Amino acid sequence: MIQYIIRRVLYAFPLLLGVNILTFVLFFVVNSPEDMARMQLGHKHVTEQAVENWKQQRGYHLPLLWNAEAGGAGKVTETIFFQKSAGLFWFDFGISDSDRRNIGADIKQRMWPSLAVALPTLVLGLITNICVALLMVLFRRSYLEFGGIVLCVVLMSVSSLFYIIGGQFFIGKVLKLVPISGYDGGLQALKFIVLPIVIGVLSGIGSGARWYRTLFLEEVEKDYVRTARAKGLSETQVLFRHVLKNAMIPILTGVVVVLPLLFMGSLIMESFFSIPGLGSYTIDAINSQDFAIVRSMVFLGSVLYIFGLLLTDISYTLVDPRVRLS
Amino acid sequence: MVVLWTDALIFVLLIGMIVLSVYMLRNPRMTRPLRQIGTSKTGMVSLTVLLFFVAVGLLDSMHFHSKDSNEIVSVLDQWLSPIRLHGEKTYSAPFAAHLFGKELMVLEDGGPVWAYPRLQYGGAHLDDPESELFYDVLMKASFGFIKSAIPAAIVLVLLVQKFRHRQNALISQASAKAVAWTIFWIVTLCATLLELSSYYHVLGTDKVGEDVLYQAIKSIRTGLVIGTLTTLIMLPLAIVFGILAGFFRGWVDDTIQYLYTTLNSIPSVLLIAASILVVQVYMAKNEEQFTSLIVRADMRLLFLCIILGVTSWTGLCRMLRAETLKLREMEYVQAASALGVRRRIILFRHILPNVMHIVLISVVLDFSSLVLAEAVLSYINIGVDPTTHSWGNMINGARLEMAREPVVWWSLTASFLFMFTLVLAANLFADSVRDAFDPRRMG
Repeated sequence: MIQYIIRRVLYAFPLLLGVNILTFVLFFVVNSPEDMARMQLGHKHVTEQAVENWKQQRGYHLPLLWNAEAGGAGKVTETIFFQKSAGLFWFDFGISDSDRRNIGADIKQRMWPSLAVALPTLVLGLITNICVALLMVLFRRSYLEFGGIVLCVVLMSVSSLFYIIGGQFFIGKVLKLVPISGYDGGLQALKFIVLPIVIGVLSGIGSGARWYRTLFLEEVEKDYVRTARAKGLSETQVLFRHVLKNAMIPILTGVVVVLPLLFMGSLIMESFFSIPGLGSYTIDAINSQDFAIVRSMVFLGSVLYIFGLLLTDISYTLVDPRVRLS
Repeated sequence: MVVLWTDALIFVLLIGMIVLSVYMLRNPRMTRPLRQIGTSKTGMVSLTVLLFFVAVGLLDSMHFHSKDSNEIVSVLDQWLSPIRLHGEKTYSAPFAAHLFGKELMVLEDGGPVWAYPRLQYGGAHLDDPESELFYDVLMKASFGFIKSAIPAAIVLVLLVQKFRHRQNALISQASAKAVAWTIFWIVTLCATLLELSSYYHVLGTDKVGEDVLYQAIKSIRTGLVIGTLTTLIMLPLAIVFGILAGFFRGWVDDTIQYLYTTLNSIPSVLLIAASILVVQVYMAKNEEQFTSLIVRADMRLLFLCIILGVTSWTGLCRMLRAETLKLREMEYVQAASALGVRRRIILFRHILPNVMHIVLISVVLDFSSLVLAEAVLSYINIGVDPTTHSWGNMINGARLEMAREPVVWWSLTASFLFMFTLVLAANLFADSVRDAFDPRRMG
């Protein structure tokens, strides 16, 4: 087991290196730091000196891959690749382009609000979807199931933006139950995160419940379920004791892979509800064209995803005794 | 005649689709699944709605230089010119004869008054909008309805009669009737809306006074382009890599797996954002290449499709790899290689046709999620160009107006209605395609 985990962690390195090279090519080779400086400073009426200064202040004045002027190890380390891209490996995110803040500190501070919204959304959404799907399977081949399927397709066809706008309008503005948007520290945050969580759960029901329903239906057809029924177990007992337990394997592994990514938060949710999490941080960075932050978030996202894959493999062995890691 | 990049690709795609459907109609293996779709009423009705959207999108993809001005317009623009050119000053509600906000006006006797000014076009033919408006709208609507309903009904009844007794038809009697009704309602609805639109703003006007119905109709093309061109870019990558990885295994498999795990591990929104930022810098640097606004917006749309395609091929690739791994162990493939058939021939003759159902299903399934994704991306400003008409841009522009008192609701409603119809039709059609082609669902 431990051997397997070590091997997987080692395998993560080439993947991260690939991500790193990809972002490096995207951000520094396709567009030179010169272009970025001009983009930030505006295209017209900008002097060479201003561009140089901008690059100097942010450390973009170095050569890309090989510094011939420096001596010794400096030939490799005094370059943009080493300082800006390789630094990501030890989570040294550097400073942001627009206001030169420390990105690492910002991330540490902003990931908690993201988690406060994303984690309850995931858990409640999971419970709701499973309940709805189980109900549909329990009443299969009836009008109730048919209505459920139709409702799922309809819910799926509504853009998530409309869920948010509609929720803010009806719950926040017309009924005035909760504030429309904003955030506060401590327990005060509760009243601000309720609406995003409710909307997040609602908007996921359509596709989630439909997907779980197919998983349950596949399980219901199997032999052991028929045996359980033949033993004289009631339909609910069969569903909860046997079908649910066995269908949990694909469900759980699907959930585990996104667990680490919860820290990244949801881009749209957070910007609509102005929650100061990593999602809105990313959006702000995209809008102000802050390449340093976008680069850091791309790398962080990949690390978390690869970590999620590792967790998935481990959880397989925990929930399904048939799987042996080798 | 002006051919934009996306126009050209759309027509290439159209030709491809026609070739594919002719092939499928002629191929006896395809008769059963096609007939299953043909007997499904929901499937056929949603296909009809989809085809209607496609027709609008195609009309909007034929561009030429307008004679009056030097603008590039499409056939659809020309056709809808009454709506397109009837711009007001600013917001006005659906079927309104007055502007939405009060303005300072000067009366005939010279005194200033704070009132709602009349619209320049909407309801301009009425003398006293308060009393006449309702009956006039009703009259115009019923006139438009009757004018189109009679010919449409005659043509459809004749068609249904003509094909009634054909044996072996792919489409069942019941779904043919449903399709006829759908076409009837679409045609009459369009005619009624067109009739009304030359006198009113059926869905109101937006902040700069542009007709919202026109915006929503123009957005159809953007949604379709994103939903289809992305697929065009994604498919070759997914099919080639997926089949090669599954068939050859070894280092080919390792390389391809490494490639897609790397791409997959980057959160897709961030990858799209990063690429769009890069494209923006590129376009800012080479401004002289993009002569007009519409060419520029079109290039951005194309880039968006390419980026979406490059980021989204991994899922299908993984599925195809798994299926190919399974297929290459099948007896008939083993038999073929034992008989000395070359590997290239095995790939084309035995593997490719047997994974095509996965490709077909995933293409139809992806379409609706791509249309939805466009709205979200445009909201984060990494979608289409802000000057392109798209539902995402409409939502983005109207979202802040929800805070106004009274609420400006029509832009959101319009984009909601159009998007919902398209996505719902796509989802329902995708379901019936999956039921027909997925071997696991055959019963």
